[in-house]
Amino acid sequence: MSTALPPSPLVGLGERGTAETEATPPRASTIPLSPALPHEGGGGSTTVLSVRNLSVALPGGADRPFAAENISFDVNAGEILCLLGESGSGKSVISFAVMGLLPDNVRVSAGEILLGDENLLTLSPAALRGKRGDDIAMVFQEPMTALNPVMTCGDQLDELLAEHTQLSANERKAKTLAMFEAVKLPEPDRIFSSYPHQLSGGQRQRIMIAMALILEPKLLIADEPTTALDVTTQAEVLSLIKTLQRERGTAVLFITHDMGVVAEIADRVVVLQNGKQVEAGTKDQVLRQPREAYTQMLIASVPGTEPPAEGTLHDEAALLSVTGLGKTYSSGGWFQKKRTTEAAKNVSFTLHPGETVGIVGESGSGKSTVARCITRLIDPTVGDMQLGNTRLDGVSRDSLKLARKRIQIIFQDPYRSLDPRQRVGEAIIEGPLNFGVSRNSAMARARELMNLVRLSPDVLSRYPNEFSGGQRQRISIARALALDPEVLICDEAVSALDVSVQAQVLKLLEEIQAQLNLAILFITHDLRVAAQICDRVLVMQRGEVVEQGTARDVFITPKHAYTQRLLASAPGRGFEFATQRNVEA
Amino acid sequence: MNSTVKRVLKNGAVRFGLIVLSVLVILAILAPVLGTVDPAWLDAINMNQKPMTTADWTGPDNKTVPYTFLMGTDSFGRDVYSRVIYGIRVSLVVGVTVAVVSLIIGTFLGLTAGYFRRVDAILMRVMDGMMAIPGILLAIALVAAWGAQLSTVIIAIAVPEIPRVTRLVRALVLSIREEPYIEAAISVGTPTWKILLKHVLPNSVAPMVVQGTYVCASAILLEAILSFLGLGLPSEIPTWGNIMAEARVVFSSAPHNMWFPGIFLAFTVLAVNMLGDGLRDTLDPKFNKRGEKR
Repeated sequence: MSTALPPSPLVGLGERGTAETEATPPRASTIPLSPALPHEGGGGSTTVLSVRNLSVALPGGADRPFAAENISFDVNAGEILCLLGESGSGKSVISFAVMGLLPDNVRVSAGEILLGDENLLTLSPAALRGKRGDDIAMVFQEPMTALNPVMTCGDQLDELLAEHTQLSANERKAKTLAMFEAVKLPEPDRIFSSYPHQLSGGQRQRIMIAMALILEPKLLIADEPTTALDVTTQAEVLSLIKTLQRERGTAVLFITHDMGVVAEIADRVVVLQNGKQVEAGTKDQVLRQPREAYTQMLIASVPGTEPPAEGTLHDEAALLSVTGLGKTYSSGGWFQKKRTTEAAKNVSFTLHPGETVGIVGESGSGKSTVARCITRLIDPTVGDMQLGNTRLDGVSRDSLKLARKRIQIIFQDPYRSLDPRQRVGEAIIEGPLNFGVSRNSAMARARELMNLVRLSPDVLSRYPNEFSGGQRQRISIARALALDPEVLICDEAVSALDVSVQAQVLKLLEEIQAQLNLAILFITHDLRVAAQICDRVLVMQRGEVVEQGTARDVFITPKHAYTQRLLASAPGRGFEFATQRNVEA
Repeated sequence: MNSTVKRVLKNGAVRFGLIVLSVLVILAILAPVLGTVDPAWLDAINMNQKPMTTADWTGPDNKTVPYTFLMGTDSFGRDVYSRVIYGIRVSLVVGVTVAVVSLIIGTFLGLTAGYFRRVDAILMRVMDGMMAIPGILLAIALVAAWGAQLSTVIIAIAVPEIPRVTRLVRALVLSIREEPYIEAAISVGTPTWKILLKHVLPNSVAPMVVQGTYVCASAILLEAILSFLGLGLPSEIPTWGNIMAEARVVFSSAPHNMWFPGIFLAFTVLAVNMLGDGLRDTLDPKFNKRGEKR
């Protein structure tokens, strides 16, 4: 899979050839792609991290012998190198190898990792620990778990400075506050004495970045740092990382699965697949003229933000109509002051047979609350819901049983939506059995459904852990279809999937919809996905619908300021994949 | 499922526990044919014999045979070896029965409390109340009320364990009921009892089995304590606690009477606990990813 890159004037000269070409020592005359500032009287080479022919072996019994094989790349001062790959590509293993944090049963079997001219692989654990604080810093995906919950944010930075510098207490505090200022945290004084749980996700990630950069490391490793964040917060954090890294000349090794993030932040890109280096080059080369079929496929799988031209009009009677739906949570009671939260208020829309309506919004916008109210997994506080002539609200859950059959839901997390102790065949026929279908005919239907979702009917007797995320999501679709529903609710159904798998599942949903004339309510935070498959879109913010209309109207001429901000935050808008429709499986 | 069994059997602690327990079970079943004599028979001539002494032994049928007292005799002239071997029966029966009884009742209560919010508050306050009663005190009261017999001892030990099992099962159910696969089952119209039996219960079995082993170990210990204090089974019935209680009086002259039942008790509890630890390590997903270098 590994390929040699033909010499190109555009490629950073520090760029290493790939696996098969002999690694040449970094040249002192390297011209960095970005205006790199020599670091701390660095002088000489500006290559900060050099990974050469790195192979990481997996223990016996794993699905492949190497987690990463023959990986070579350089990260220069003042430059951001993105490791791009889908799940299982080995990108995180490489970053763990650099940090010396590989699990015990996984070891580096060949190659070297040079920080400056020191090989990190031969350092003692104590020396490596020193390097980790002073020279290499890390930012992880989930800031809540990476911060100590019982220490104030200020104390956590103070501890770092006390450990690694000779500064006095006052100097440390001043430096910490300055750093909070630099990562654009509001009211640094308040944040200094706040605990992590008192801050928002974006603020916590800023604290992580402040912690990572306060010792002025040469190398910052960022492992999916914005994946857990909402799209508008992500845009802010990405631009923050970029600004700080430019100012300080830090080399950044940025690990991501998101093509849009690469487009926003990368100087150079290394594409990985199944532990092998597929392609490497500058951002423009890789994203605009990908050489390898795999990279081309990845880019083609990224949905664009521009909805397809044709908009089908559905003027039949509405199948599902929701009017004035609201859900209020109240907490407190005897000992506490009562507090109410409006998770959704005054949501109204209709859904016609064969139509796809999208609900888009960031986390906490109430989009999932709406889905769960419609399926009556939770009870709405106010509002009318009608499915054809049947009322969905106000009736008891038992008399709802027949309506349940007509509305089915697919959940986000394919690893948690199937019972790990239930064979997939049993999961698919569970619904029909509940409605009195005989076991034999339910099983026969399950086999048909497996064909419909492109899985072999022979695997019905297996347990869910034998399937990949994409396959599990197909099984979930088959389970939902087993009851012949009229409405299918997809609650972030493709958000946990790799982009190439996501494209396949979306295509499958479109085909099934055309075949069965299903009405689909598609709930997602991903504007690209919504743009591609929805006929109409509702945009939700803090429980309210702020804008709704046809997909073309909403995405091309957004009227509400929040929709405009969401669209502007979608990463990678300057690149072709971002605007063209290109969903191919 | 098969691969899980294989993985569990690969664990050293599980193997040790299983081997020791299998040996004990075999000894308990084969007790009459392992060269033992009537464990309750008092032979006044052979009081306080040292281990390995060979002497003439007169049994209940008045026949006198030469017999080697492997572990000596107690101050009533009863053969300690026979008493220790027969004592395995009581310990294992009490341990296993208490574990099974408290698991069954605790699981039922835990499922109810965890899944039905309305029952939860009342049921758990009752459990809190039960946990406030000291186990030994309850046992003393029950034995005093119903007399010293095996069923009383089992009930006395099982009752204080029930709230602990209930709490564990309730906590498991509370986290499992939020899983999307439960919501998926609700949305395909599965009735609640079926959800509890087919989805919630199978997914909480592993931690319950582990908890069962700990209950079993503590029941064996508690039974020995009760017998030692004279609150358990009548002293003629051979239990390790009874043997040690009688040995206490003559401990300075015949310490072996204390050692042998003590060693058996310690090994049994160790084996059960190691089995539990091994099961926890192999079945609990939280312990799978340990061993990261720092």
